[in-house]
Amino acid sequence: MQTRTVEGANVPGTTDRPVVVFENVSLAFDDKVILRDVSFTVSEGHTKIFLGASGAGKSTILKLILGLLKPDGGRIWFNGERVDTMSEREMMKVRADLGMVFQEGALFDSLTVAENVGYKLYEETDMPIQDVRRRVEEVLGFIGLGEYIDQMPSELSGGQRRRVAIARAIAPKPRVLLYDEPTTGLDPITASTVDDEIIKLRDLENVTSILVTHQLRDAFYVATHEAVRESGRLRLSPADERKADEAEFIMLQDGLIHFEGNAAEIRTSGDPYLKNFLS
Amino acid sequence: MLTFIGEKIKGWLLEVQEYVRLCGAAIRGSVTRPFYFHDVVEQFEIIGLGSLTVVVLTGFFTGAVLALQSGMTLDQFGARPFVGRLVSASMIKELGPVLTGLMLAGRVGSGIAAELGSMVVTDQINALRALGTDPIRKLVVPRLLAGFWMAPVLTVIANAVGILGGWLIAVFQLRVASSLYWSSIIEGLYLEDAWMGLIKPFTLGFVIVTIGCHVGLRTRGGTQGVGRATTNAVVASSVAVIAVDFFVTRLLFTVLY
Repeated sequence: MQTRTVEGANVPGTTDRPVVVFENVSLAFDDKVILRDVSFTVSEGHTKIFLGASGAGKSTILKLILGLLKPDGGRIWFNGERVDTMSEREMMKVRADLGMVFQEGALFDSLTVAENVGYKLYEETDMPIQDVRRRVEEVLGFIGLGEYIDQMPSELSGGQRRRVAIARAIAPKPRVLLYDEPTTGLDPITASTVDDEIIKLRDLENVTSILVTHQLRDAFYVATHEAVRESGRLRLSPADERKADEAEFIMLQDGLIHFEGNAAEIRTSGDPYLKNFLS
Repeated sequence: MLTFIGEKIKGWLLEVQEYVRLCGAAIRGSVTRPFYFHDVVEQFEIIGLGSLTVVVLTGFFTGAVLALQSGMTLDQFGARPFVGRLVSASMIKELGPVLTGLMLAGRVGSGIAAELGSMVVTDQINALRALGTDPIRKLVVPRLLAGFWMAPVLTVIANAVGILGGWLIAVFQLRVASSLYWSSIIEGLYLEDAWMGLIKPFTLGFVIVTIGCHVGLRTRGGTQGVGRATTNAVVASSVAVIAVDFFVTRLLFTVLY
């Protein structure tokens, strides 16, 4: 199994324990190859950012981690368990530790914001209703949408819907969050509020983050900033070298990993495809 | 040409296989936990209560037109007083279940396909799975239970209203004595007919809902795909209603009579 040692691995909350591991994963739909021989490791509390053009197989990786799709070849490990061979019923237990923010949010439009956010706690746990309500209020407060609790998703703006989707993913307190194009289609100001949520969750709650995007600005912002709580106040500032090193980029091209490295490495890379993509 | 036919047949077989698998999973989901009680109650209301108006109207006018038509025909044999018998037998054995089934296919089958189809194309089904919910248990099972149990109830209501419609025509148009109408119904009704009229809608309710769910969950291709799925669900479940009605009738004739 591929591992990577990171400086500062003894810092509380950041270990080098691999959470998600892909080993030579391949997937094709009919004749169209989506992924070929993709291998990578995501460590606890770290960030992995997948870049690539549309159709490069980025979202597929998230669906493979969740078990929504099964690979044609290779192995996928989550929290030390092999998940690619698991049945749907076994996967349900694994998904308890995973939260996913879908492209466009995928909120349930027949349920209110509160019912969406508390969905898993209401339906899939024995948590008392008052406790669920409290947790929903807490999570909506965290993302700053407390006053929209009883509205329907159709009454919210695009950015608000995306943030509610984040709230729904984090309400059951998963250890790993998967973001599928969380800022695509949002204006830069709203996008940065979504980016801030991602950073806050990663740094304050120690949530491992896997981010799929083709919004470079947001990808670099998330990779190079950190959230710190100083005397009760929350502050977002440029990340130090160690923290920035915990955010790794993977560039996918035609189902293959074209580049792997941190923000500084991707910026200084001389690779023509990468340069073209970044420009 | 041959490969085209081969591909088509393969596609059909795959569709049937997926349909059978869905039915199996839904039946299993109906008798095992977790069970989403709230959704089941909601679907009983949407499918049962929601279809009441259309079923009552259909039943009423069918009974009335049946009395009108058969009254004229029976007149040729001097058998006008038997109109009640004809209306009740036709309604209970055949027209009640089939027409209620067709109405449900149009109203419920299309609704299910459209709802589940749009949930598929907006990733809501994947979101359910990601949140640890089995979409079959959460979405298919409540609809299946509601369709299975409400179709017979609606059919009985349609039959009753149809016989009432027939009575109105018999009394006020055909001038048949009210008592004669009712006594001919009672005399002409056999227990086997009642069984047949009651067993059929269970199977029709099952078929309509499962086809709606199957077509909805296999929706591909955005909003256009949802439109296509809705049309397909109505066409497939309407044809299935007529076909299943025939086969169940054939089977029940062997078993009951």
